Amino acid sequence: MSDSRIWIRGGRILDPAAERDELGDVLIEDGVIAAVGARLDASDAEVIDAKGAWIAPGFVDLHTHLREPGQEYKEDIASGGRSAVAGGFAAIACMANTQPVNDDPAMTDFIIDRAKQDSPARVYPVAAATRGLEGTVMTEMSALVDAGAVAFSDDGKTIMNGGVMRRILEYSRLVNAPVITHGEDCHLVANGVVNEGPVSTKLGLPGNPAVAEEVLVVRDLILAELTGAHLHVAHVSTRGAVAAIRQARERGVNVTAEAAPHHLTLTDEAVLGYNTNAKVAPPLRSMADVAACREGLVDGTIDAIATDHAPHAVHEKDLDFTEAPPGLIGFETAFPVVLDLVRGGELSPIELMRRMSTNPAKILKRPGGSLAVGAPADIAILDPEVSWTYDPIKGYSKSRNSPWAGQTMTGRATATIVGGRLVYDVERGMLYS
Amino acid sequence: MIGRDLLSIEDLDRADIERILDTADHMREVGKRVVKKVPTLRGRTIVNLFFESSTRTKASFEIAGKRLSADVINFSPSSSSLNKSESILDTARTLDAMDPDAVVVRHSVAGVPKQIADVLDAPVINAGDGAHEHPTQALLDLLTVRHEKGRIDGLTVAIVGDILHSRVARSNIYAFGKMGAEVRIAAPPPMIPAAVETLGVKAFTSLREAIDGADVVMALRIQNERLSGTYLPSVREYSATFGIDREKLKYAKDDVIVMHPGPVNRGVELSHDLTDHRPSVILDQVRNGVAIRMAVLYLFSGRRQENEQRVELGSTEKK
Repeated sequence: MSDSRIWIRGGRILDPAAERDELGDVLIEDGVIAAVGARLDASDAEVIDAKGAWIAPGFVDLHTHLREPGQEYKEDIASGGRSAVAGGFAAIACMANTQPVNDDPAMTDFIIDRAKQDSPARVYPVAAATRGLEGTVMTEMSALVDAGAVAFSDDGKTIMNGGVMRRILEYSRLVNAPVITHGEDCHLVANGVVNEGPVSTKLGLPGNPAVAEEVLVVRDLILAELTGAHLHVAHVSTRGAVAAIRQARERGVNVTAEAAPHHLTLTDEAVLGYNTNAKVAPPLRSMADVAACREGLVDGTIDAIATDHAPHAVHEKDLDFTEAPPGLIGFETAFPVVLDLVRGGELSPIELMRRMSTNPAKILKRPGGSLAVGAPADIAILDPEVSWTYDPIKGYSKSRNSPWAGQTMTGRATATIVGGRLVYDVERGMLYS
Repeated sequence: MIGRDLLSIEDLDRADIERILDTADHMREVGKRVVKKVPTLRGRTIVNLFFESSTRTKASFEIAGKRLSADVINFSPSSSSLNKSESILDTARTLDAMDPDAVVVRHSVAGVPKQIADVLDAPVINAGDGAHEHPTQALLDLLTVRHEKGRIDGLTVAIVGDILHSRVARSNIYAFGKMGAEVRIAAPPPMIPAAVETLGVKAFTSLREAIDGADVVMALRIQNERLSGTYLPSVREYSATFGIDREKLKYAKDDVIVMHPGPVNRGVELSHDLTDHRPSVILDQVRNGVAIRMAVLYLFSGRRQENEQRVELGSTEKK
């Protein structure tokens, strides 16, 4: 991708893949990592002074919505890719609920082509598991994988028919790609828009109970056990779901799971005052659920942190709470938000990096998440201490639907390198064009 | 301390509530005159912004505004599905540009008055939002009980019916609680909200236990769409288990009063007999509703004038 040489000097190298946590430099040549170690010397290379910040594998996001094609007023592959690298993400997997749906190899081709032209971040399309996300007829998984799809999911919708889900899981073994489940039983969700509990009762809004998620996650874990397929559970948000996944792992079920920064740090109280930017599916839950998700992330029940970046336009979020679409943008705030786990002593920096890069890359079976010599030079430089105020208007996403708008954040991605190319630098802004 | 908007009873403290009730007592007297009009709000514009259809509450606010000599405009944007994607905030901003002195908002979804108040210059009065709150209903219920019993402190109030979907229930739970009453609720289990005890009430599934020794029994309206299927098996079963009649009322205090926010599904929530005769006080509630809304409009619609005064002061300073 690039024949330039970049010498990242004087940082704290955090490479989960090699269990390396030490001060040193990284040298990049021809798009790959050429050397890692203390006091390298490459005086003819472009120098990035890390100034003691973290040098980590670029983040890999398992779960994003880029809205192209069809809803470019919310986001497109170009703006989403820019927002991603501004948050330290080098690679992002995009869900299939575009218009039209990514349920056909031609659509997967389109996304990949568009990403090559427009996106500074690598883009991995997740194809629909069923045609039109209708939950009935499975997609041509083999052709989709050949086109570049990395996983299958009807995310945003739940495949309610257990028979269909069983066949999808069985069939996915043919292509060796994970099936990602959005676990919410739509009948138990009914018209629920906030977590069922004291907050829904106080606000007078229809509640979405934790059991709606747990019932579906348990069903899919049992089906994964039956079929031996790789099930990946998206956006785990409840204590019961964490417990069910933990038990399934102990039984040897081939399951991986992700949690979102918002479910790891915010409770349903963020919705008080009818803040539609805190409306998300699954909804923000109770303190006990947040604690359980954090515990699951720490003990390895939950493998990865994924943003579920879901842009929506201001005029959509200005609707009443039941009509406003669920979702929030997350690329540019993910790192400072999840740093909370390091500050709280729950995760070491290297373990946080593992959950942001190494593990998600492994789940998708894609390169990344490693600073090994010869690996693609996807690198995030992260200042864990810088304090800044998040203003979505100044961000790179087309949308502004963030519950963290206006908040002071600690920690920020200060530079992102993808394939050996410096695409973002906090001082100079977006360098990709 | 009364704020700019009246969005919920939850936001009020006991002194605010007493001030509104005391003001309403004065307003009640106006309704008894031959000429039912005072010049208090002359020159003020009050907009009734009703996204959800309403006859009773809208009429009550309109009469209240007119008795205070305000110009009252009724604005009811169609809630048809075609208009659903129109931003409620755009509608509100448009109205605000016409400089109303107060905007009375009703919407079928909880939180809309708050969302509108966040972008509006004019004070917003909540006339009912989804299953959230209906503050003027609770205030008129307090006024009615205060007149009947001479006090609210220490009374036992049982609210019976579809608590889950009821804004009247939530506002009354806060209102009677803040005024020192013991509030109980009784409903079929699917109609009891999750963690309802966090609102400060005791929940019962037995009507008899809930109204045992009660001073006030308040029946809530059951919406037709809830009468069959997922929340209740049938009208007949609801009426038999939670419908109030004189027989069931024997468990309450001898001087119990029966209330209902209306309109009553006769023979469902209340027996015919109770709907029309004491100890039910349904029409007194309606009468007090006008007085409460006069008090609320009077207390909450003064802000724009204060702004004007500020502008005048500002220009004086410049000179």
